Amino acid sequence: MPNAEEIKQRIEAAIPGAQAEVEDWTGGGDHFKATVTAAAFAGRSRIEQHRLVYEVFGAEIGGPIHALSLKTQSPAWPPSTPPQARQPPTSGAQSPEPSPQ
Amino acid sequence: MSDTDQNQIHDAIGQAIEQHETILFMKGTPDAPACGFSARTVAALQALEAPFAAVDVLPDPRIREELSAISQWPTIPQLFVRGELVGGCDIVMEMYESGELAQTLGVGDGGAEDAHELPDEAEAVAPGLTQIENRLG
Repeated sequence: MPNAEEIKQRIEAAIPGAQAEVEDWTGGGDHFKATVTAAAFAGRSRIEQHRLVYEVFGAEIGGPIHALSLKTQSPAWPPSTPPQARQPPTSGAQSPEPSPQ
Repeated sequence: MSDTDQNQIHDAIGQAIEQHETILFMKGTPDAPACGFSARTVAALQALEAPFAAVDVLPDPRIREELSAISQWPTIPQLFVRGELVGGCDIVMEMYESGELAQTLGVGDGGAEDAHELPDEAEAVAPGLTQIENRLG
């Protein structure tokens, strides 16, 4: 039976740069809630973001993992400069990488 | 023989998605949802007074198999609007809170108003959870 820590590690291993917070929603080891932050989500629709996470678990979703509730986001301020950083260094008012929302 | 049946189910699902502007595939029925996630999604649609068709996936496991094959989405519920997958429960609830769901559905934006009245910002990931958590099977 998967646990929250295992799910967190698998998400972070599979999606480069991802940070996941996972909790066992009911304490029963089969309903989990995850918040995943990853630069890889930038520019993708929410559907695509969630699919990326679901793909980590394949057929386990709906099986041993009865439910995985997701909230996905791209980082507001990437810890390192993103490869395609657009904001000029002088502009403090510039928004970070726009969220797909 | 079973392949033919499965193809028929596949086609029927595809047609249903095409033919209904808003269609929800869920566990149970809108009046008697059989899963907390389906219940929440129905509640969001009903709060916006959005008309929608509903399909119960539970009577035949092949409905779910074929639906997921079409949508490339593993979980139930699944909401389609104008032939496109909008999302499952999490996305629908996020969109409900932001008012985006009302926009997508072309109905009044009552959802956004309601969402702002939610007492606890920190719980915004899963509003209404406390009322229905017991129903999560």
